[in-house]
Amino acid sequence: MITYFLCLALFCVGLYCVLRKRNLIKIIIGLGIIDYAVNLFFVLIGYRHKGRAPILSSTQEIKNMVDPIPQALVLTAIVIGLAVTALIVAIAMRLYEKYGTFDITKIKRLKG
Amino acid sequence: MYILPLFVVIPLGGAFLISLLGKRMKAIPDSLGFICTGSLFLFSLFSVFLTSNMEVIVYKVGGWVPPIGICMVLDGLTSFMLVTLNLVSFLVAIYSVSYMERYTDKWKFYVLFFLMLAGMNGIVVTGDLFNLFVFLEIASISSYALVAFGTEEEELEASFKYAIMGSVASSFILLGIALLYSIAATLNMADISLEIAKLQSSSRILKFIIVLFIMGFGLKAALIPFHAWLPDAHPSAPAPISAMLSGVLIKVLGVYALIRIFFNVIGTDKTILSILIILGIISMIMGAFLAIGQKDMKRMLAYSSISQIGYIIFAIGIQTPLAIFAGLFHLINHAVFKSLLFLNSGAVEYSADTRNLDEMGGLNNRLIITGHTSLIGSMSISGIPPLSGFWSKLLIILAAVQAKYVGLAIVAILVSILTLAYYLRLQRDAFFGRLNERLKAIKEVPWTMQVSMLILAFVCIFGGLMLIPFLRPFLHNAADALLEGRNYAGLVLGAVK
Repeated sequence: MITYFLCLALFCVGLYCVLRKRNLIKIIIGLGIIDYAVNLFFVLIGYRHKGRAPILSSTQEIKNMVDPIPQALVLTAIVIGLAVTALIVAIAMRLYEKYGTFDITKIKRLKG
Repeated sequence: MYILPLFVVIPLGGAFLISLLGKRMKAIPDSLGFICTGSLFLFSLFSVFLTSNMEVIVYKVGGWVPPIGICMVLDGLTSFMLVTLNLVSFLVAIYSVSYMERYTDKWKFYVLFFLMLAGMNGIVVTGDLFNLFVFLEIASISSYALVAFGTEEEELEASFKYAIMGSVASSFILLGIALLYSIAATLNMADISLEIAKLQSSSRILKFIIVLFIMGFGLKAALIPFHAWLPDAHPSAPAPISAMLSGVLIKVLGVYALIRIFFNVIGTDKTILSILIILGIISMIMGAFLAIGQKDMKRMLAYSSISQIGYIIFAIGIQTPLAIFAGLFHLINHAVFKSLLFLNSGAVEYSADTRNLDEMGGLNNRLIITGHTSLIGSMSISGIPPLSGFWSKLLIILAAVQAKYVGLAIVAILVSILTLAYYLRLQRDAFFGRLNERLKAIKEVPWTMQVSMLILAFVCIFGGLMLIPFLRPFLHNAADALLEGRNYAGLVLGAVK
């Protein structure tokens, strides 16, 4: 149970980072932390003590199989997270070229 | 049955071919754009025909039987959303042929456009929760890139804001899916709904999941506490993409996913419905008030989108059959007239090169088609009688009165008057009156842009005909699919055998 709460704590750290930090790069790192927290949580749901890979074999009986779905899903989620991060970093670089700063309080053409 | 995967395969294949050939052969992006979106639109019309007598069609991806494998589901609501989505995307593709000449690297635009389309079509047809998440991310990521397509200061800033908020929302949705998997041990939407039925309804974890989904999908739908990205992102994108984003993306990613999960998978109760009603009413009022003071034409339209999404969510929250019917009717109407208005704003920007309402004036003298179609769109969205927007708003208000929400019905009428006020202001400042000196030399936009605006205006005028008995099953089947509630599971799993 405590591991789940630690996951939640990690999630909150990431959320705090996204909401409170002023630097674009720090915000992106916060986003990464949120991603990791969710992925970790997802893997932990499928965790089984002393479990083993669910590979069918005719020679031996397998007990304590681990559910492979959460792991497959997390792999997909990691790839999606990578794509989002790459895109956002590219946008942040372009923003730096235009404004010459990473400070979000100075990047505010849009309002109203 | 084999029609279902085509909705994902055609746009994905189109994106692939364009990225492969588009750079060398200039004619490929435009012609493939026209052919792919056109065939998708025809297929979506055919899908309406397939579901006309309340049938549910299930496609097993890779031949795996549904509770284990991934499935695609076609029912009334799916075919309704497919028509809405592909109608708008077809016309937007025609419009982009001339409009996107303003930008360099047109083929990249088409690649992203097709990826977004594949994502949205995928969300609508899929019957698997994680699959829905993957398609949602495909659509979102390509829309982040499309918002930044101009790579000017404002566009990059809006895109960054949109990408950060959108990714946080996606994380909430993924967390919700993880928790749902932990209690149901399956990802098939029909199967989850069966598992949840066995659970106690007051399960605390389920409430937490509901909250996560409302935050996640509410942000994608730009309901008011979660709306901050929309007024920046939608105006910054190129006009055809603004039309797609405001016209269909927020509806597919937000409204459709939200109502599909709440009505057919988790099951609704009083609390969820009252949350939807409250969010709807707040978005309706705040969106309209924020729209009044805007000077930027596209920004005004973006705030108006928030307000109209409020109407849709409010109507669906009432949950009587009439209200859901009205909400879905308003959804398709809003998709049509809001994309029309965004295309109009794009046409003004194309010829007069401004979005600021103060710098326009008397454009009706020069941009005849643009001016008049935008008048039709504006009157339709503010609910002037023979046009389509009037009928859907009337039905929403009637449904609210019928369900004893008289006070809220009055609020809806007042907001509608407010809507009329700011659209009249838009018309007066931009299109009526004397021609601004500076704009003497402008010309009407190319014919491809005119054609798509004219078709959308035509749908606005005759949209009310969707209520006549011959065409009504189109909307009725969609509303019925939602009203089935958790019977969805039985229908889907029954259709497999």
